[in-house]
Amino acid sequence: MLILDCPCCGVSGEETEFHAGGEAHLKRHSVGSTDDQFEEYLFMRENPHGVHLERWRHNNGCGKWFHAARCTTTLEVFGTYSAQTYEPPQEIKDAISARRPGWSWRNFS
Amino acid sequence: MKRYSAFAIAREALRHHTGWERAWRSPEPKAKYDVIIVGAGGHGLATAYYLGKNFGITNVAVIEKGWLGGGNTGRNTTIIRSNYLQDPSAAIYEKSRSLYETLSQDLNYNIMFSPRGVLMLAQTQHEIRGYKRTAHANALQGVPTEWIGPGKVKEICPIIELNGPRYPVLGGLWQARGGTARHDAVAWGYARACSDMGMDIIQKCEVTNVRTERGKVVGVDTTKGAIDCDKLGGVVAGHSSVLAEMAGFRLPMESVALQALVSEPIKPAMDIVVMANTVHGYLSQSDKGEMVIGGGTDAYNNYTQRGSFHHAEETVRALIETFPMLSRLKMLRQWGGIVDVTGDRSPMLTKTPVEGMFMNCGWGTGGFKAIPGSGWAMAELMAKGESPLTDEFSMWRFKEGKFIDESVAAGVAH
Repeated sequence: MLILDCPCCGVSGEETEFHAGGEAHLKRHSVGSTDDQFEEYLFMRENPHGVHLERWRHNNGCGKWFHAARCTTTLEVFGTYSAQTYEPPQEIKDAISARRPGWSWRNFS
Repeated sequence: MKRYSAFAIAREALRHHTGWERAWRSPEPKAKYDVIIVGAGGHGLATAYYLGKNFGITNVAVIEKGWLGGGNTGRNTTIIRSNYLQDPSAAIYEKSRSLYETLSQDLNYNIMFSPRGVLMLAQTQHEIRGYKRTAHANALQGVPTEWIGPGKVKEICPIIELNGPRYPVLGGLWQARGGTARHDAVAWGYARACSDMGMDIIQKCEVTNVRTERGKVVGVDTTKGAIDCDKLGGVVAGHSSVLAEMAGFRLPMESVALQALVSEPIKPAMDIVVMANTVHGYLSQSDKGEMVIGGGTDAYNNYTQRGSFHHAEETVRALIETFPMLSRLKMLRQWGGIVDVTGDRSPMLTKTPVEGMFMNCGWGTGGFKAIPGSGWAMAELMAKGESPLTDEFSMWRFKEGKFIDESVAAGVAH
């Protein structure tokens, strides 16, 4: 069972306290976007074998959304961070690098 | 290949079973094949089998990272049905179900197909309307199903509790020709028939790269060396995104864990398959007497073939309201598989941005029932470049918005 730390209220909880919200850092293109961009936003997914950045919601807690860095092959959680950002903060990148040297996810590494 | 028959059993009994052959060869890979299929699960082996049987293409290799049939083919709850809402789904699933009826004779391998009937319970007013709609759609598609009331439900499934406090049984969608089959035997039967046609099934051989030249596939690199091919079929279920990445494109899908569990064996108590989509559980009794229980998927991306404990707990907790006798049973084993789920819960049998490379994936939580039909259609697509069964299942339907929306019709138990 996953154990996640909510960066919004500081509570550490089991996965039953949270709700998985899918891939993080998806860009929703605005007026004038192409079919490709819309398909990208709605359906295309990294679905990586390894390091993944994803959204979670603290459903049975503070109710806030946040982001988590997690490994899909070992279920190890590298860290959680605020959802109010376009990319993971440096300490999260460092935490992933410490465990998975040479990792990359989309344009982040 | 020596045929299996009653006579063969008698013959071997008289000579201490010394004459049985290995069911399939385990060759080293050749330098080049006409077609390489990646993934020796049910779908991959069925694709290879129908390439040989229907199109005479037998210079084929089926490459498998682990052991044959060790992925989702060996991890499902063996339910076979075809009562889908949308026409393209009904066509391919009904093709599949009808192929299952004669598969044992076709393969000369007993797959123990048991058309015991599949019942999908309606436990809310919404489900009553949904399943009546499906029954009407099935009538138009030529798939025999019927809507039955609670009295008939109790008659064909006496262990059910109709008056559960939260989820009373209000009726159900009954497909009498649905049922179960022996899942391993399906993979083994196809493997034996493929090997007999001269195809090479190469186990413990992982594909590490897909080689392309000027946008066309030319071969794969594997842990047993490079192998060239004219056409490549990716039939790797939960790892489809990984294979696609090797070939340089992405797929509209995510991989999640789905789990199942079985109870201790008990005397025959239920001779049909029951699916309860409102409470996310489905149930049948195996020939060994174990109650086979399946539930919902975990919500997050996962490649570990393990599910969360709380999902198994939720499934069993919900089912014991409708099946109170289950509360007395001990659970023996639990396992998980990695399922490939698309945005509309329908599969992709498709060409790809790489010429000569095809994908058969996205069967999600309901692939076992589709094995023969999927192989039949994928073989036609790979041999002829098109198939009436796969036209609607292209990976580009998401861009066009041309979904085959089964998430409503199938619910979770798919």
